[in-house]
Amino acid sequence: MEPRIGVYICHCGSNIAGTVAVEEVAQFASGLDSVVVARDYKYMCSDPGQNLIKDDIKELGLNRVVVASCSPRMHEPTFRRACEDAGLNAYLFEMANIREHCSWVTEDKQAATEKAKALVSAAVRRIYYQEPLETREVPVNSNVLVLGGGIAGIQAALEIADSEHQVYLVERDSSIGGHMAQFDKTFPTLDCSACILTPKMTTVGQHQYIQLMTYSELEEVSGYVGNFQAKIRMKAKYVDQEKCTGCGRCQELCPISVPSEFDQGLGKRKAIYIPFPYAVPNKAVIDAESCSHLKGLKEGKDVCRLCEKGIEKKGIAGCEAGAIDFSQEDKIVEVEIGSIIIATGFQQFDPSVIYEYGYGHYDNVLTGLQFERLSNASGPTSGEILLTDGRTPESVAIIHCVGSRDQNYHEYCSRVCCMYSLKYSHLIREKIPNAQIYQLYIDLRCFGKGYEEFYNRLQKEGVNFVRGRAAEVTGVAETPEEKGKLVVLCEDTLISRQRRIPVDMVILSCGLEPRADAGEVARLVKISQSADGFFLEKHPKLDPVATATDGVFVTGCCQGPKDIPDTVAQASAAAARVLAMISKGKVEVEAITSVIDEKLCSGCKICKDLCPYGAISFDEEKKVCSVNEALCKGCGTCVAACPSGAITGRHFTTQQLLAEVEGVLV
Amino acid sequence: MSFEPKIVGFMCNWCSYAGADLAGTSRIKYPPNVRVIRLMCSGRVDERLILKAFALGADGVLVCGCPPGDCHYLKGNLSARRRVMGLKPFLECIGIGADRLRLDWISASEGLKIGETVESFTETIRKLGPSPLRRSNHDN
Repeated sequence: MEPRIGVYICHCGSNIAGTVAVEEVAQFASGLDSVVVARDYKYMCSDPGQNLIKDDIKELGLNRVVVASCSPRMHEPTFRRACEDAGLNAYLFEMANIREHCSWVTEDKQAATEKAKALVSAAVRRIYYQEPLETREVPVNSNVLVLGGGIAGIQAALEIADSEHQVYLVERDSSIGGHMAQFDKTFPTLDCSACILTPKMTTVGQHQYIQLMTYSELEEVSGYVGNFQAKIRMKAKYVDQEKCTGCGRCQELCPISVPSEFDQGLGKRKAIYIPFPYAVPNKAVIDAESCSHLKGLKEGKDVCRLCEKGIEKKGIAGCEAGAIDFSQEDKIVEVEIGSIIIATGFQQFDPSVIYEYGYGHYDNVLTGLQFERLSNASGPTSGEILLTDGRTPESVAIIHCVGSRDQNYHEYCSRVCCMYSLKYSHLIREKIPNAQIYQLYIDLRCFGKGYEEFYNRLQKEGVNFVRGRAAEVTGVAETPEEKGKLVVLCEDTLISRQRRIPVDMVILSCGLEPRADAGEVARLVKISQSADGFFLEKHPKLDPVATATDGVFVTGCCQGPKDIPDTVAQASAAAARVLAMISKGKVEVEAITSVIDEKLCSGCKICKDLCPYGAISFDEEKKVCSVNEALCKGCGTCVAACPSGAITGRHFTTQQLLAEVEGVLV
Repeated sequence: MSFEPKIVGFMCNWCSYAGADLAGTSRIKYPPNVRVIRLMCSGRVDERLILKAFALGADGVLVCGCPPGDCHYLKGNLSARRRVMGLKPFLECIGIGADRLRLDWISASEGLKIGETVESFTETIRKLGPSPLRRSNHDN
């Protein structure tokens, strides 16, 4: 059938029409080969715009449609649907991107118009050769993998499990809870963090639809939307989790003490340990790096084992449940899932790189998370705010924006530090009523619900707000009052004066940054990271939980710094997206795959070795290769590599691409 | 009239094309000389597409893919690199010149880099002048 092409140029309000002479482009398009009609319209994506296409297909007998508007990554599905509604195959539609790639990036109007013409001409020439294709539908496996057991992962897992779908919740640490479990109170309501989190943690631990895999890491992901396979490494815990009762006797017996990660190094834990009292699961694990028996085993020695055997001489028994099992090894578990939610969270900025703040050099210079532990009733001081020498601080300085809003470290605002710094003021005031508290801020960003009110309340509680970025924290005293104190140097920009503020304790409100191994996670599930290292969402405004890989969703701080309410909302959003997929039960997979012409194939097998998905197999009898369409993802690498030109990449055929090249060069 | 280079850009759907979309959304201005053809993967770029572009009068060809390790199809971008690197000496031999073909890794978040790359490549081609194939077309 002879192609009858309709071309539609979108004004996109003034987004395109402000730079590109749209009428001129439409006029140009109407003169191209096989173009039956060329129109321009204010908003092609609107209902009337789409109806324009549908009516023309029916009335003018169009069998090819080109829309020149925004990026196909934006509205291709919209227009494909419109074409299908009018009985035209979705693959007989083509888009020319004259907004993102033209009007928005070009200053000169004449040049923009010429570029738009070239892009339209390319699309028209290309569509001449396009062929109808059938999309495939594949069933969606209703199992879900949630990676990360912080509040984001917990929330997402519960939402999905509550609708009776199987969730595999994978957590790297030995307990779920994440950073939220470490916090003392939460701003601005001052709810006790553990009090609101532990019920959720316990529910996760007991949920019949959640398989909790703690002390585990994702190792490999294969497959595609609706049908992923994941390999999870369950690290050896050396404690039989079925038998362990969580009594804690082993911790008392263990002679090895190491800094506690959970207490941010302020407290100690043993080599066999339960990370915190309300851990879920509340079972011990042995840290193989620290355990002297496990270290000894490598050298063929049999030492310690106090946790297992107890101390016979004193008549103290070891683990009564007989749960200690030094022979355990890592296990690889394979699961089949339909979708993946990434909730791997953040890590705190390490302030030791800002040498002038003296972190790691002076005692009593703490990070935000360390202060959370110090102030927490389950922390190393049972919630008493104390200096390292056991005294109570009389004055505390809280330095904002450490590692954030700083070109040297992270340019972005971490969004939570202002508020948690204000919260610290309140916690200090509550526990040490006479303490002098200084907040050294650049700007106070109290943007959430109830946040501004909390700030106002703090002002009334008598906190010294000093507007200026701290320049240095020093132990070098210049006056008798400064002796034995930490002195914070800064310029108070509101009074235009240099100040030296002597205090007993300095808290660095460290920003949030992507986890050091975020790149590895991104590679595993094939998603991108934005320039700052956080995972890249599909669209920053309209699709903030989906990613470029269908079936993989991101939520929480791994996507960008956010507070708990926002994290929970985003986690529920990700769960909703997953549930929508499950309830539909099937997904459409692009029909873009490769096909090999047996008659042309020489059987060289170059394509077979190149295919990253093992989709190409060699037929020993016929001596030719063939493509398994279910496995083919349509990248086209084999098409480019075939020396005989025997492989056709559907929808990206050589003929179509050459026509497009010809088009852009008019 | 001053020489305006015609450049064909081949960009992969997942990183570089998305990066070019981001450049648009961020209103980053760059020269209009590069016209982008979208491919699913930079690994789809073969010698035929590049040579045909030159034969049809392109002054330069820009191939952009996902940064190594980030390829949506695992390693298609590496195929693109091998192909581009293999083709460069040939372009030099036949008088087109290796510098008229450029390969760059641009991720979906690097809108700025799209602008910079297009700007610098356009400048390179402007200095090189029209492609010899175009010049001979003009002479005839």
